[in-house]
Amino acid sequence: MRSTEEFRPPVTSIGAIGWIRQNLFSNFFNSLLTLLILYFLCRTLPSFINWAVIDAVWWSDGRTCNQINGACWSVITKNLRFILFGFYPYEQQWRPVLSICLLAAFIVYSSFRRAWNKHLPIAWLVGLVLIGLIMRGGVFGLPSVETEKWSGISLTLLLSIFGLSAAYPFGVILALGRRSRLPAIKTLCVLYIELIRGVPLISMLFMASVMFPLFLPEGITINKILRAQAAIVMFTAAYIAEVVRGGLQAIPRGQYEAAESLGLNYYQKMRLIILPQALRTVIPPTVSILISAFKDTSLVVIIGLFDLLRTTQVTLSNPEWTGFSTEAYLFAAFIYFMGCFVMSNFSRRLATKQYT
Amino acid sequence: MSLTRTATVDASDHERVPLWRDPAKRAIAFQAVTLGLVFMLSYWIFSNAQSNLRKQSIATGFGFLSKEAGFEIGESLIPYSAAETYFRALSAGFLNTLKVSIAGVILTIILGVFVGISRLSKNWLLARIAAGYIEVLQNIPVLLQLFFWYGLFYTSLHGPRKSFNPVPGVFFNNRGFYFPFPEYHSAYPAMAVALFAACFAGCLLHKWSRTRQDKTGQSFPVMPVALGGVVGLPLIVWLAYGMPIRLDTPHLAGFNYEGGFSFSPEFVALLLGLVLYTSAFVAEIVRAGIQSVSRGQTEAAMSIGLKPGEVLSLVILPQAMRLIIPPMTNQMLNLTKNSSLAVAIGFPDFVAVVNTSINQTGQAIEGVSLIMIVYLTISLVTSSLMNRYNKRTAIIER
Repeated sequence: MRSTEEFRPPVTSIGAIGWIRQNLFSNFFNSLLTLLILYFLCRTLPSFINWAVIDAVWWSDGRTCNQINGACWSVITKNLRFILFGFYPYEQQWRPVLSICLLAAFIVYSSFRRAWNKHLPIAWLVGLVLIGLIMRGGVFGLPSVETEKWSGISLTLLLSIFGLSAAYPFGVILALGRRSRLPAIKTLCVLYIELIRGVPLISMLFMASVMFPLFLPEGITINKILRAQAAIVMFTAAYIAEVVRGGLQAIPRGQYEAAESLGLNYYQKMRLIILPQALRTVIPPTVSILISAFKDTSLVVIIGLFDLLRTTQVTLSNPEWTGFSTEAYLFAAFIYFMGCFVMSNFSRRLATKQYT
Repeated sequence: MSLTRTATVDASDHERVPLWRDPAKRAIAFQAVTLGLVFMLSYWIFSNAQSNLRKQSIATGFGFLSKEAGFEIGESLIPYSAAETYFRALSAGFLNTLKVSIAGVILTIILGVFVGISRLSKNWLLARIAAGYIEVLQNIPVLLQLFFWYGLFYTSLHGPRKSFNPVPGVFFNNRGFYFPFPEYHSAYPAMAVALFAACFAGCLLHKWSRTRQDKTGQSFPVMPVALGGVVGLPLIVWLAYGMPIRLDTPHLAGFNYEGGFSFSPEFVALLLGLVLYTSAFVAEIVRAGIQSVSRGQTEAAMSIGLKPGEVLSLVILPQAMRLIIPPMTNQMLNLTKNSSLAVAIGFPDFVAVVNTSINQTGQAIEGVSLIMIVYLTISLVTSSLMNRYNKRTAIIER
């Protein structure tokens, strides 16, 4: 009998060579494709690396930047604090940093499935109020900072996270209303949801910036950030309602009937039996809504609020730094990308896991 | 529990159910209260708006539509000047929105399907690049992408006199992208008619071959014949007219290029941003749709002797389409809605024109309502068409 040693597969079908053969050169067409892509990469990558790393400057002023061929990353390093925190008082900028760290801690904590119980919403509520207090000041001996000064990434996070948190209960009510047996309630909710989902967010923001002031009685004014926040809440709620409706529909009829047969009334049935199950199943799509909300807050640029994108633009409007928009926008894109990427990976992990 | 009920309710009890315990009456009361609150809120808003408008002496109603607009529009598909009415300005804006949406939808579908299929390619390199494309472009706000492209054009392209000239006749500068365009010749309308006729004939051919296959089982190569007709018929007309090939090439006249066919940098930036962003989502939808068709279907199709192309077109795609179409419709509507971001980079779409009108007349309520009505109409029309298509392709179960 021959030993198994002699029956080992040929070297060309295992190991690195085998992998390359199988994944890059499996047939004529694939080989051609691989060669084409490699050629294209060879043509573009070196010049990109030259631009982004080798010829780039990191800590110079604007005038030096104009004389070189590479990327001018100084536009970011020199204006980093302004891009990130905007007009928030310079000495107080540790407060947005602390708030962002707190927020990150909350998000990480919420990603553990053990934490998904009824205390979590309360913890979030307390956390958001705490973050709000840290940012706003006026307590614990912190000097108060007007909301008009909140800008940069703090405004982006404020609008998206606070917006989603405020929109969530509203969205749940709308979803319940849409599945209600009462015709008037159902019609109202359907009208609201479909109307909002049919129009672009920008029209809601225009509404907030030019129409809301007309709707309020004379003498009462609400600042622009709050108005934009209201528009984002109204907009997001409609999308949350549709997601929650999906969750409600996924609950088997037996659960409703069992709850009714126990003698629970509508509110008890929803609060104790249906919603806890429905809301759990919709956590992954809710994270997608948070991602969209995070990206969509950049639209407030159009009505003149100073979010991350706008502070980047303000930096670029400084004559010293005009013309380096590519570098600055790449940096902003990187920040948005990191935020969305982390969240979407999280939701994907949840979606693949079995949970109920 | 506070609301325990007695287990036995006899007939006499039933008659004496208190008013607030009767579900039917309670429902009516609850709805009446809700409607009342909504009406009160609306009335409050309405009266506030009226008094505010009166105080600021802003006109109400849509009368402004017939007044002179007094502002220029950068580009328009219909003849427009500042002396025309607001209505005409808004129409020009609306047509621009349609132009960018339709071009965007077509390009997005092509690019999205291509990237989605590449994502599933057996070629590791191609699949990784497609995955990176999807991951990066999905996670960057579309507005930022628009600014990025627009900024890139403005920093890398120079004035008309220093245009970038990649191939003869094509000029890129910061005023626009200029391409040569065939000069008008009487052959072209005839060619368009020929193209239309060929498409119509192709449809008839498809129908005929379908009925024949149902009856006899014989298949007919519809696709090659139809494609041949669509390309060949206009070509024959072109040859018959003596092959007009005169091109209208853009040339420098004064401070800018004239002639040919041009796109503004705003339009290109908007289109590029929208197409790249949305195609990443479309690619994911296409990938999920194809992956949803079980492997057994492919194997079954191959075992009855279909060729790889036939497996894809006759077995996989018709099943994948059912899953692809509804989210795809959503993405197309998203693209249309996102085209309103044009206002941020100065492309005169509907929202941008309305915005200018609001700034001039102060009639914010009418302006914002117009935007909402227009987009709602587009959404409703598209989704009703798509629902009809969906019903036709839905699985017919016994």
